[in-house]
Amino acid sequence: MFMFIFNKLKTFPKGGIHPPEVKISAEKPIERIPLPANIKVPIAQHIGVPATPVVERGGLVKTGQVIAKTAGFVSANIHAPASGKVAKISEELDVSGYRRTTIMIRVNKEEEWAEGIDTTDELRSEISLTREQILEKILEGGIVGMGGATFPSHVKLNVPRGKKADVLIINGVECEPYLTSDHQLMLEKSEELMVGVRILMKALDVKKAIIGIENNKKDAIDKLSLIAEKYDDISVDALKVQYPQGGEKQLIKALINREVPSGKLPIDVGTVVHNVGTTYAVYEAVQKNKPLIERVITVTGKSVKNPGNFIARIGTPVSALIDAAGGLPEDTGKVLSGGPMMGKALNDLGIPVTKGTSGILILPEKESARSKSKVCIRCSKCINVCPMGLEPFYLMTTIQRGMYDEAEQNRILDCIECGSCAYICPSNRELLDYIRLGKATVSNLIRERQSA
Amino acid sequence: MESNLLTVSPSPHIHQEQTISRLMWDVIFAMLPAFAFSVYVFGLGALMVTLIAVLSAVFFEYMIAKHLLKREPDIMDGSAVVTGMLLAFNVPTNLPWWLVVIGSFVAIGIGKMSFGGLGNNPFNPALVGRVFLLISFPVQMTTWPVPFESRMSITDVVTGATPLGFIKDGLKNGESLISLMQEVPGHIDFFLGTQPGSMGEISGLLLIIGFLYMVIRKVITWHIPVIVIGTMFIFSGLLWFGNPDRFVDPLFQILTGGALLGAIFMATDYVTSPMTIRGIVIYSVGIGVITILIRVFGAYPEGISFAILIMNAFVPLLNKYLKPSRFGEKVKNG
Repeated sequence: MFMFIFNKLKTFPKGGIHPPEVKISAEKPIERIPLPANIKVPIAQHIGVPATPVVERGGLVKTGQVIAKTAGFVSANIHAPASGKVAKISEELDVSGYRRTTIMIRVNKEEEWAEGIDTTDELRSEISLTREQILEKILEGGIVGMGGATFPSHVKLNVPRGKKADVLIINGVECEPYLTSDHQLMLEKSEELMVGVRILMKALDVKKAIIGIENNKKDAIDKLSLIAEKYDDISVDALKVQYPQGGEKQLIKALINREVPSGKLPIDVGTVVHNVGTTYAVYEAVQKNKPLIERVITVTGKSVKNPGNFIARIGTPVSALIDAAGGLPEDTGKVLSGGPMMGKALNDLGIPVTKGTSGILILPEKESARSKSKVCIRCSKCINVCPMGLEPFYLMTTIQRGMYDEAEQNRILDCIECGSCAYICPSNRELLDYIRLGKATVSNLIRERQSA
Repeated sequence: MESNLLTVSPSPHIHQEQTISRLMWDVIFAMLPAFAFSVYVFGLGALMVTLIAVLSAVFFEYMIAKHLLKREPDIMDGSAVVTGMLLAFNVPTNLPWWLVVIGSFVAIGIGKMSFGGLGNNPFNPALVGRVFLLISFPVQMTTWPVPFESRMSITDVVTGATPLGFIKDGLKNGESLISLMQEVPGHIDFFLGTQPGSMGEISGLLLIIGFLYMVIRKVITWHIPVIVIGTMFIFSGLLWFGNPDRFVDPLFQILTGGALLGAIFMATDYVTSPMTIRGIVIYSVGIGVITILIRVFGAYPEGISFAILIMNAFVPLLNKYLKPSRFGEKVKNG
């Protein structure tokens, strides 16, 4: 308990866990996945309204061309990740496990890019566009939060009237065990990333930016710090290795000691948070005119032959990434899109990767099944690890008994679904399952109340 | 893969390795140094009492779960073993075997299973058993064997009073505290463990080693034991400071009468202690204050068992009204 006196590293104050990091794919150079013969592009790759398809079956598309247009304020454009022919538009399985509208493209052998896209690797550090032009490019480029939440980025950057951000936070925490895609991106695209940070600062009209990185990525911290020295208004902060350090509210608290109130957004405390992957996508959209059609994805797992970091076009099937990492291991029990704490289990390997896919994690059979749940012994470990100061054991009880008012009063909607409670519970109780269920029900009840 | 099917479940997909049974076996492990020392000091009696208490506790739990509650008994979770051991730690080692069995029955049957078993009991089961024995069989429960005397015998032993009991009786008979203090062992003897008393309470040092082990293994946090002992120390220190002729010194208070055993192993029981830090502070301070009040002004020379049971009763209330501080609750931004 006296350690914090000697520990300079910043962190969030409440709860948190430290699961084994298992970053086996760390520092593996990013490899490009070859274009598959067929690509499946879901029109709902972001939070909000799905995009509206603007191509038809049989139509020819060029790489980077808009194939589905943003359909509301909280929505995002979808671009053709490869050139070819629209084979069909149909309902296909996606990461959610549901069948949703997907544009299938039969990919051409000779890739043909849409006009005006700079496909070179040349660094463009001069920011010549105005604030309005930048926002336009981000909107056009279909940029969404690439840390996993896939919230359309232009929405975050369009600060509502009467509110003002004074600091931009760049999330390079990557607190999920196993995942290393952000880490590798920070190492390989440091200069580009820094241009992206400056673009976002201009878009938000802020004079200060902080890049937060967990202390298990010292090389990335050193590299970005070195570049940041050139700019007085950009700093890099090392953060304690503690999950969920990369949770938006936790990161804001750790870096600038502001607490986002219950039900409010970061902008209400004068900040906006963007992930490093998003920042890089912003650089590409603004400086290279290149929309979001590919991303870095970690493919990893204890039994995986060549775990690594790959860059793949959106719509590439998960199986192609697994093949690139040495194929599906014999003992596979579960395949996740994302990390082990918040990732989604896939039921089919033909599912395409999307804008929010940060990693493919393959868990062996023996780590796939949950242990039997036992009684609550009131050890209060779930309370102690909850980063939001909730009582997971009690929320579970309220939901089991249908006490939705009580759940609402006990702030069930504040839960960020980080999974720390379910991870720590010595009785293996289904804490987060019930809380998720309760959140959905309570949200519906609130909506009904408000419309009544 | 046995089949081509993938497992699908909601996140999180990894889990830490600590399970209920591992927690319980860690508690048992933490008690072993004090147990071994007890066998060394009190001899065969300590071994017998522990064996009988543990076996009967497990037996009653199994029988009640299987035949009365009609469910699959889960004795391997280790909780009945912990209750049995804690009961043994809280009784004199020359206690007749049938009293130990009665204590186990009350602890498991009434204290635990009648409320629905593990996780549901409001009172610490081992203490329910212990206090039942203390009230019903006060003579047997307050006749302690003298350390290192008659180690090979179980019932026919040389007995003596505990230090606290000796001083309380002496003060009642009008003797002066200074002369009484000269007749009891020194503080260092209490700390190392050569005082008459219940089997597990005698060595402060070994109990503290058990405490550190449990904290390092993340079985318990430091809060409850430190606050209980700290409160006892401060409260008895104030009394002693006010009138050193009437009240014993605070170090004496925390080294005797099972204070460390109670604070480390009994008050920290998961099921019967509060779940939020605010509740834990009130609960622990309450135990400290009530223990000293009973010892100084009450009828019993020792009081921590009663103090813990009294505060156990407040736990549901503390859990209901003292919530953790929520993230984003107090908005002070700067």
